[in-house]
Amino acid sequence: MAISTHRPLPAEIAAVQDEMEEHARNYGLDFFDTIFEMVDYEELSMIAAFGGFPTRYPHWRFGAQYDELMKGYTYGLQKIYEMVINTDPCYAYLLRCNSMTDQKLVIAHVYGHCDFFKNNAWFAGTNRKMLDQMANHAARINRYIDRIGYEPVETFIDACLSVEDLIDPHSVHIRRAHQAPMQRSENSNRNGDDQNGEQDDRQGRFPSKGYMDPFINPPDVLKMQSEERQRKHQELEDSRSFPETPQRDVLLFVLENAPLKGWQHDVLSIVRDEAYYYAPQGQTKIMNEGWASYWHSTIMTRHGVTDADVIDYADHHSGTMATSPQRLNPYKLGIELLKDIEERWNKGQFGPEYDDCDDLHEKEKWDKELGLGREKIFEVRRIHNDLTFIDTFLTPEFCHKHRMFSFAYNDSSNYYEIASREFAEIKQQLLNNLANHGRPFIYVKDGNYANRGELYLEHQYNGTELKLDYARDTLQNLEKLWSRPVHIETVVDDKPTIISFDGSSHEMKPK
Amino acid sequence: MARSIDQDLSRFKQIVKGKVRGQLKKYITHGEMIGRKGREYVSIPVPNIEIPHFQHGQKGSGGVGQGEGDQGQPIGKGKDQGDGKGQAGNEPGGHVREVEVTLDELAEMLADELELPRIVPKGRDSLSSHKDKYNTISNTGPDSLRHFKRTYKRALKRMIASNTYNGERPIVVPTRDDHQYRSWKTVTEPQANAAVIYMMDVSGSMTDDQKEIVRIEAFWIDTWLHNQYDGVQTRYVIHDAAAKEVDEETFYHTRESGGTRISSAYKVATGIIQREFPPADWNIYCFQFSDGDNWGEDNSSCLSILTDEILPHCNLYCYGQVDSPYGSGDFIRELRKISDNWENMILSEIENKAAIYESIKTFLGKGK
Repeated sequence: MAISTHRPLPAEIAAVQDEMEEHARNYGLDFFDTIFEMVDYEELSMIAAFGGFPTRYPHWRFGAQYDELMKGYTYGLQKIYEMVINTDPCYAYLLRCNSMTDQKLVIAHVYGHCDFFKNNAWFAGTNRKMLDQMANHAARINRYIDRIGYEPVETFIDACLSVEDLIDPHSVHIRRAHQAPMQRSENSNRNGDDQNGEQDDRQGRFPSKGYMDPFINPPDVLKMQSEERQRKHQELEDSRSFPETPQRDVLLFVLENAPLKGWQHDVLSIVRDEAYYYAPQGQTKIMNEGWASYWHSTIMTRHGVTDADVIDYADHHSGTMATSPQRLNPYKLGIELLKDIEERWNKGQFGPEYDDCDDLHEKEKWDKELGLGREKIFEVRRIHNDLTFIDTFLTPEFCHKHRMFSFAYNDSSNYYEIASREFAEIKQQLLNNLANHGRPFIYVKDGNYANRGELYLEHQYNGTELKLDYARDTLQNLEKLWSRPVHIETVVDDKPTIISFDGSSHEMKPK
Repeated sequence: MARSIDQDLSRFKQIVKGKVRGQLKKYITHGEMIGRKGREYVSIPVPNIEIPHFQHGQKGSGGVGQGEGDQGQPIGKGKDQGDGKGQAGNEPGGHVREVEVTLDELAEMLADELELPRIVPKGRDSLSSHKDKYNTISNTGPDSLRHFKRTYKRALKRMIASNTYNGERPIVVPTRDDHQYRSWKTVTEPQANAAVIYMMDVSGSMTDDQKEIVRIEAFWIDTWLHNQYDGVQTRYVIHDAAAKEVDEETFYHTRESGGTRISSAYKVATGIIQREFPPADWNIYCFQFSDGDNWGEDNSSCLSILTDEILPHCNLYCYGQVDSPYGSGDFIRELRKISDNWENMILSEIENKAAIYESIKTFLGKGK
């Protein structure tokens, strides 16, 4: 591995690191130890392609990512300045050829990320030793490749990746209601059967002396009661679906119930583990980047920038914050919203009193000099993810000020067109895009569909239909894992439809 | 040591080229980045492979953006069906030049396009010699190659790590995972042993257009042979009534006048073969381009040199005849008389530039 040897930082970078770390601490940022490494662009691209880690299992998609990053850089179209990973200690990679101004900015930015990783509630469940974990995953998969061959393992990984987003990102933080009973019912199925017989005999008996027993507990009545009980038990069994309530973590369901070989089981669980590790980063993109940008801008503008740096700094910062009509820039949205919150809480522009005020002029001048802003944004970074962040703090004033709009796809013109500048619609659209990372919600509804061991998924339809060709291909991949026909219930052309794949052909029929 | 990303990258490129995992082909997206080189826009192809997920379709989709604009104003084009990533917004019009194709890739494309078979070199099993060296360790292998010391060490390591090692009773039992085997790496030693001899008629009847055809065809043949052999030696011979060996530059740019005596070129070529490329060690390719105009009496001596000296020693003898406004085009008819007896003799008539394609296919389609 090219970067296994740790190289000490150049003295001037180490000095910058010490300086930035001190500023960050003085502002109350709280982070794990952060280890910086200087790498060249090839190494940085490699680490970025590997999702932040120096060692990953062999797979072509990392190569594809690397190819794209290298081409973008070679032709001067894009550049990554740094890479931080959520581990303890935090590892951060700096691009060696960054100018000194960039290095300062980037180091300050990194400390923002580190603080966020450590303190944001959504990261609480992540494995902070992921560096080792990833290397272990790589070693395990390499071993399977040695044993089984490159192509079968790669093909299987592809199938797993096709469904890797079918996880339950919230399960890390809460206990789903169905989990407990499901486990219990499994247990009772396994070791409860033998006891049932004995219990049955005793149930419904009255205490009696031996010679009176046939009269007090007449055998035919006992038998009848016992049959009745069994019938009820059977009814209950029949009415119960499997899983009992729709299960969001499709991967877990497959892991627990599909007839996978040992190595396949392990590969799938590796893919699932990694998906869970990356989930919080997807959930907090706006906040995480906004938070880091807020701190690099605060630290740099108040302490870091010298006269010589100022142009470079402004250039770089504004480049990072650039907006475009088609895509919200998470850096920009995040930092502006945080600044907005800080200002509102500094001035006391919140709560019922402010909300009830009808006088626009009054509202604009509203300033109670509470100075709660900083405290508030620290609270925000602790408890929110992107979805709740936008839901709680996006205001009509903010949307107006930043000229936000929602856009929608126009079927007839094949163009995306500006749909609205109404606050409610913008917010709704934004929340839709953020919920589940913009991916459809999919549940396991029945693992024994039609009593034939087929897997039945349900797409929770909320206005956007599935991309059909992809849905078919994904079913195909899922069938590889499940080894029995798979179905998904969704909506096609406004009609409820079931798409199925039985191992050789697809079928689509209205529900 | 090779970085693991390089393996992933080459694997990815193989998939994109359709060499392996053909079933992924339909997921390949042909994205591009638009770069700028001086004044010109260049398109940088960025292929990717999209793994299918359950995802939302376009219908009913949307997002949030920032900037000016009224309701209903289009801000970007939707994806055309099956067209991969759309890059709305910054598409430049005008000249888009493709960049980044190496000669090797060209050769591959040529091979894919023309369905050229890979060349089976004559005589030997392989041109570059392969040697297996037992200098590496693998996790799998036959028991006869088990590396006892490494296996033992690994087992010991595992036992110490899992705290099952007892120093009092130092018994180490290797499990299946501990086993290490001696293994080999195949070392390739390239050998430069393909020789190409180009012969061209530069007599007065060959026009510049015809030379252009020859040049293009020779370029592609060169590219392909270079791709197939690790080392290729090239020699050029031009002739009118007399022949001489020249360098590449001269070969393409000379224009002589005068009569034509093809046998003179054959004599020079024979000389080169005997002097420099003993046929036992070399894979010899001869390409001759002419307008087919030869001095009548010369034809019989041409055929005798060919059958006695050249054809028995060549992997391939190719004759390309370009259509000429002046030449009679008789020579190819002479050659057809003997071409049935010689499997390695290939004749082709090249009428115009468009025919180059077919001609290359004829020449190299036999895989020799």
